[in-house]
Amino acid sequence: MWKWLHPYAKAETTYKLCYRLLPYFSWLAVITLVSGSIWGLFYAPSDYQQGDSFRIIYFHVPTAIWSMGAYTSMAICGLIGIVWQIRNAELAVYAIAPVGAAFTFLALISGAIWGKPMWGAWWVWDARLTSELILLFLYLGVIALYNSFEDKRTAARASSILAIVGVINVPIIHYSVEWWNTLHQGASITKFDKPSISPDMLWPLLLNISGFLFVLAALVCLRLANQILINDARRPWVKAMVSEKTNKAEQSKNRATLADKE
Amino acid sequence: MNNLSTSKPLSYWSAFKSIFIREIKLAWQKPTQLVQPVVFFLIVVTLFPLGISPAPKTLQMIGPGVIWIAAILAIMLVVERLFRQDFQEGTIEAWLLSTVPMSLLVGAKLLAAWFISCSVLVLITPVLALLMNIETHVIPALMLSLMVGTPILLFVGAIGNALTVGLNQGGVLLSLLVLPLYIPVLIFATSLIEAATLNMSYTGQMSILISMLLVSCFFAPVAIAAALKNTVN
Amino acid sequence: MHFNTISEALAMGGYGPYVWSTVWIVIAVLLFLIIHSMTAKKRTLTMLRLEQERADKIALAKKSNDDYQSKPNHN
Repeated sequence: MWKWLHPYAKAETTYKLCYRLLPYFSWLAVITLVSGSIWGLFYAPSDYQQGDSFRIIYFHVPTAIWSMGAYTSMAICGLIGIVWQIRNAELAVYAIAPVGAAFTFLALISGAIWGKPMWGAWWVWDARLTSELILLFLYLGVIALYNSFEDKRTAARASSILAIVGVINVPIIHYSVEWWNTLHQGASITKFDKPSISPDMLWPLLLNISGFLFVLAALVCLRLANQILINDARRPWVKAMVSEKTNKAEQSKNRATLADKE
Repeated sequence: MNNLSTSKPLSYWSAFKSIFIREIKLAWQKPTQLVQPVVFFLIVVTLFPLGISPAPKTLQMIGPGVIWIAAILAIMLVVERLFRQDFQEGTIEAWLLSTVPMSLLVGAKLLAAWFISCSVLVLITPVLALLMNIETHVIPALMLSLMVGTPILLFVGAIGNALTVGLNQGGVLLSLLVLPLYIPVLIFATSLIEAATLNMSYTGQMSILISMLLVSCFFAPVAIAAALKNTVN
Repeated sequence: MHFNTISEALAMGGYGPYVWSTVWIVIAVLLFLIIHSMTAKKRTLTMLRLEQERADKIALAKKSNDDYQSKPNHN
């Protein structure tokens, strides 16, 4: 059943696949994100309770959703890499991590900026914001662990193990922080409930959610391709690319010296 | 004399026992290393009244949390050194080559480590509770929470150590990796103690802590074995 | 359009600074990520090319040293 996946264990095939998929993801990302954002920022009606500040939702919710989605897919890639010894999957872990971390950062910042008019403070120990902060630490841990190893094979496997351990903890952390928050909720904090959202507000949100997904996919394609390149540096197909670049560099140098002489 | 023809294959239980006893003997040879985490625990707890306020009410409020955070930091010290000597001496490779599953051997070492390091922490908590002006009826709950929580911290911290033992840099990376994973334990343990302070039942929090303990006892050795195999190669 | 004038859109009912700072931060971070990822290939190939040149130089130096060492001594 999985036979069609087998060619992609070879690095070069996956590399080419990444670049083949990239234009589709990029264009879809641009179209959905631009249309969703413009619709949400300018055309959607104001919220009854929150006025126009609710428009931050069009950036906060998608980045928060995909920060968690990216972590889960990173952990799945790590699991596949370790259990089935597939190199590309281990490389994918390091490809996804920075993008996921950036999304988490955006979710935190947009959440904090949204919190100021809503709750009156830049940071509150709200359950969701606190779990996002811990998720950011988990991401930074994976990235830091990978970067501290000299040998990148060991590095990839170590960060895969860490990602798997982390993903088991993500629901535990989320549940425990939510529970802790309900225990300690002060009376002064207005509990932000997701309003029953009207369709004119929902559609741009769905567009932006898919938009950020396509951004995530496109960026991961680019980064995975680069990781494959670095990993396969000694192989003939990469050496051919490097020598092609060397020739091009020499050609342009010769052209420059010729031009100088004239 | 060559005993190879008469030797039996190593049984899992005797392997487990021999590693356990070995660890205890090794630790007994270095008493200073036994005492360090305990003293660290004491000093960190002492810092809080000095840094915040020695008012009895304040101490009572922050007491359980402070003791728990100090315990977490002390266990980070313990966990940083867990596999280092074994890694440098090649013991880990020997374990990996044996017929006994690595997770079993790792489990034996961690159990021994708990008895060596963490049991003392649990035993001196009444003293610290007195320092932090914690009411006497809360102390059993405090000790119970530490008894159930410190193995979890040790096992999860050992995963972090197994991942980073081959690296030259210090334990800062280890702390960054492992501290986020400690947060649920901290939350449930302190909530347990709070419930005990209010004379309410804390069986809910206790059952969650015990289930976390069981999960980490079963799955951490597997993760540690994979991480050690990776580090050694 | 929900807003009647551009200044109304910028003000966002008093929440303007919050909404627009979010928008700009999102754009800035996404742009940084995109540009970094797009230039990654070029950076990698340059790094590999420099490594190859360095390795070639070392090999060449070693070879000429060997040739020098193996030459009979003229005296």
